[in-house]
Amino acid sequence: MSIWKYANPALFMGWSGRVLPVVAALSALCLITGIVWGFFFTPDDYRQGSTVKIIYLHVPSAMMAINAWVMMLIASLIWLIRRHHVSALAARAAAPVGMVMTLIALATGAIWGQPMWGTWWVWDPRLTSFLILLLFYFGYIALWAAIDDPDTAADLTSILCLVGSVFAVLSRYAVNFWNQGLHQGASLSLDKKENVSDVFWLPLLVCIAGFVLFFVALVLARTRTEIRLRRLHALRLRLRMSEGVE
Amino acid sequence: MMPDLGKYATEVLTAYGATLVLLGLLVALTVWRGRRVRTQLEQAGREETQKNG
Repeated sequence: MSIWKYANPALFMGWSGRVLPVVAALSALCLITGIVWGFFFTPDDYRQGSTVKIIYLHVPSAMMAINAWVMMLIASLIWLIRRHHVSALAARAAAPVGMVMTLIALATGAIWGQPMWGTWWVWDPRLTSFLILLLFYFGYIALWAAIDDPDTAADLTSILCLVGSVFAVLSRYAVNFWNQGLHQGASLSLDKKENVSDVFWLPLLVCIAGFVLFFVALVLARTRTEIRLRRLHALRLRLRMSEGVE
Repeated sequence: MMPDLGKYATEVLTAYGATLVLLGLLVALTVWRGRRVRTQLEQAGREETQKNG
């Protein structure tokens, strides 16, 4: 049995309709638990004070900003190689979610940076690559909207996605490539010495799970809408053609 | 119940407020668009059925 059969639009609508409420409920549970735990029940950091609470929004949103683009890249490659329409529509559906995640990461980063670094913005490698990633999200969404033919739009946006992947990777590894700038290294690490303290780490993990599930739920819901939109266009076209025949 | 956020209260509350507003807008827009397209699809389906008898 091939996994590709689940990418069939009719089958996708069936299984995603059953999975979506479960993922949405789990996402809400993790987000509420993680945010309430982090905001109300964690101590202040000895240097950063209460601003450390911004970590529960900033880190998960930044992770999802990059991972959303990686998901779009995989879906775009599947479209380019196997021409599965659902994969192209899933990439399209993920873009606005990834864009909002990038906006949240940039906004919360600026709000956090002002009291800690003394500036809202600095042309630091990680910040700059994130800003460029946001511009790529804008471009990707605009390109989909600008082209009428859905297959041409899927082809061109897939190529744009491949190019933008450079900045998605840079956003993640910029601090390692260039040892300069104000932004710190990774907050989460397998190395116990580098990792944040457990008291912050555990609620952060719950928030990350919440953001991942939130992303999955929204992408499923938006992909279902994109599939319905395709059906709607096909139906309207059929109606117009039958009117023309009469 | 509200934790003491000290001198950074404005920054922390602004970050949480902005995030919740953005996430809320994204969910609202997704649900609204999904419902609109679904209604339009059902309507177009009915039109086609009427046309074909």
